[in-house]
Amino acid sequence: MKSFAYIILERIVDYPDDIDMTESEENGRVLLEVRVHPEDAGKVIGRQGKTIQAVRTLLQAKASAEGKNVRLTLLNDQK
Amino acid sequence: MDQSMKVSGKTVEEALDTAVREWETTIGRIEYHVLEQPRKGFLGIGAKQASIEVFLRIDPVEEAAAYLKDLVQAMNIEAEVEVKISRKHTMMEIKGSSLGLLIGKRGKTLDALQHLTNTAANKYADAKQHIIIDAENYRGKRKESLQRFAERMAGKAIRENGTIKLEPMDAAERKIIHQTLHQHKNVETTSSGKEPRRHVVITPAAKEKQK
Repeated sequence: MKSFAYIILERIVDYPDDIDMTESEENGRVLLEVRVHPEDAGKVIGRQGKTIQAVRTLLQAKASAEGKNVRLTLLNDQK
Repeated sequence: MDQSMKVSGKTVEEALDTAVREWETTIGRIEYHVLEQPRKGFLGIGAKQASIEVFLRIDPVEEAAAYLKDLVQAMNIEAEVEVKISRKHTMMEIKGSSLGLLIGKRGKTLDALQHLTNTAANKYADAKQHIIIDAENYRGKRKESLQRFAERMAGKAIRENGTIKLEPMDAAERKIIHQTLHQHKNVETTSSGKEPRRHVVITPAAKEKQK
């Protein structure tokens, strides 16, 4: 899941080298915690959160095919 | 938006080679102008390197198509992406078998792919790109079923002589409803509410319009 999330995000952001991601999995539930360059946070979220929702939709589509659930948290959101 | 940088070398050609390697691109996608011509000097004294400024031409549609291909491939789906450019918009059609995973419930996954591809394309574009992504003619079929639905709901509004509020839809889908019912003499359509809850409202037309 982590590499897929990276493929999705790297072309959306201006600083792909600054994408920082951790992945954990428990009973088929995958949790991705992502931090991007502060200047990229807005781009990743998008207007009305549309971009981050689209990222989540794609991740879930792939996860469902593997019988899993996935959750993505953008750590930039939280202080 | 194009990338640019300054490079130098013994000759202009050598500087260009450096730029091609640095950007992992081809000479065809590079434009340059010479900042300083090289000078040989005498016994190495007074020698000067060539200095050029290079520009990398980025084609937003090409970038977007490559991105879409990568996304589809990463979802373990074997498919091709066909790009069709018309005056109004750019269409990218995903071609392959069993693409249900890429379409998703009510086209949700297809819409996500479309949103991300447009976001990636517009990172480089001077003029805003509008790329439509389709698979298994989902967009065409959805349009037809929305048109039938619009006609049915218009009929209901007239029969019941009352206002009908449709489900929230995105801008493209609302447009199809408005266009379908535009010719209808007996009803009027408006949009109301805020995104993402914005929806079409169908009302029986005022008397003047019916005449």
